[in-house]
Amino acid sequence: MKPGFHDPVLDAQACFRAAMEAMARPGRVQEIVPPEGIPNALDPAAAALLLTLVDADTPFWTDAGEETRGWIAFHCGAPLVPPGDAAFAVVTGALPPLSLFREGTDEAPQDGTTVILQLRHLVPGEGWRLLGPGIETEHRLRVDGLPEGFATSWDARRAAFPRGVDLFLCAGTRFAALPRTVRIEEHG
Amino acid sequence: MSAAVQEAGGYNFAYLDEATKRMIRRAILKGLAIPGHQIPFGAREMPLPYGWGTGGIQVTASVLGPRDRLKVIDQGADDTTNAVSIRRFFQRVAGVKVTTRTAEATVIQTRHRIPERPLTEGQVLVFQVPMPEPLFRLEPRLAETRRLHALGDYSLAQLRLYEDIARQGETGSSYNHPVMVNGRYLMSPSPIPGYDNPKLHRSAAILLFGAGREKKIYAVPPWTEVSSLDFDDHPFRPMLAAAPCAFCGSRDSYKDEIVSDDRGGRVFVCSDTDHCRENQR
Ligand SMILES: [Zn+2]
Repeated sequence: MKPGFHDPVLDAQACFRAAMEAMARPGRVQEIVPPEGIPNALDPAAAALLLTLVDADTPFWTDAGEETRGWIAFHCGAPLVPPGDAAFAVVTGALPPLSLFREGTDEAPQDGTTVILQLRHLVPGEGWRLLGPGIETEHRLRVDGLPEGFATSWDARRAAFPRGVDLFLCAGTRFAALPRTVRIEEHG
Repeated sequence: MSAAVQEAGGYNFAYLDEATKRMIRRAILKGLAIPGHQIPFGAREMPLPYGWGTGGIQVTASVLGPRDRLKVIDQGADDTTNAVSIRRFFQRVAGVKVTTRTAEATVIQTRHRIPERPLTEGQVLVFQVPMPEPLFRLEPRLAETRRLHALGDYSLAQLRLYEDIARQGETGSSYNHPVMVNGRYLMSPSPIPGYDNPKLHRSAAILLFGAGREKKIYAVPPWTEVSSLDFDDHPFRPMLAAAPCAFCGSRDSYKDEIVSDDRGGRVFVCSDTDHCRENQR
């Protein structure tokens, strides 16, 4: 198998900075330099996040097939586990209920799963109004490909804070993040 | 792979190995997702003693890239031994550009101050934290402090503050005055003067905190509500020297008192040396 990042050290650094910006400024769309030789089922952004953040210390779960699992095992060395035990999850198909993933405890909320989710489109400047830490007034983001009622169930889960899951939404070479603190307003 | 950068000085880029950077980067992301909550991490031994800010250095090393311009300050100054050593360390192991100008920096590592010049969206401020636990003087058992943070029960800290006010008559005179982050977590701002606490509130920059000895990382995302712990009838009022800066004349900057002559005369000067230089232009 070919190496994922052209430059494993500097490309991972650049991808992390994009991920940090994404998590610090929810809904802001970031762009990555695509890795090489990635499985058909993976978006470049999802593959880059995996190469940057996942390793033998971070058990993962994915709904993707054998090729993707093999690629993650080879490049990241991460053990495959059930979704409720995963530090990272990669969702390439329909998003399962978020209650499938671990949300950490009140003492260790950082154990909540980071879910990397692939979608059709991310369009900044329209759609959802996002509010909360990281957002000066509001961020707008349209997300195509989430299940009906996602925003409602997301808001219901916010009551569990500090427990929760954090999302990276990926589309092609672009991604944005929804940390557990973000409030989603669908209309407005 | 850019071997020249990777092998700079015989170290990995930015000194840390990639597995350590990944671990620290994951902690930073969770820190941003849970503002003010301390994330444990497996700190590495660094080639500098703990008092020199190894936690901040590890965070900076995990964030820095070749496009960054790094500023390092210690008590507001770029030219102390500590600041110079850390700046040289990153020039050597990461080959990054450095600056003393706040306006030019993309990453600023700091000990004991927040620059006077308002930070911007493109900037990351990394604090060196000697003691991350704001409750440690009140509750020495770590398991118990974790439980109090989990419950959001900060009555101990409020009681302590109330006693301090009863004794001293005001709040805001001290260093390391604890803050509430996004109305949920009590957080140590690190030993910055109370004067700097309001700069944590709705900052445009990303604020990252690293404690090497205690092995904790925490963060405040941009635009997050940060309030100094206080009471309605005793609001937090940061203290400021009444005298203007002897160099630039600024009245609203944070000052250090220095000996000005051999007869023991004293004057006040800006602690933020870059800010003072800018004012003198
Ligand atoms: Zn001055």
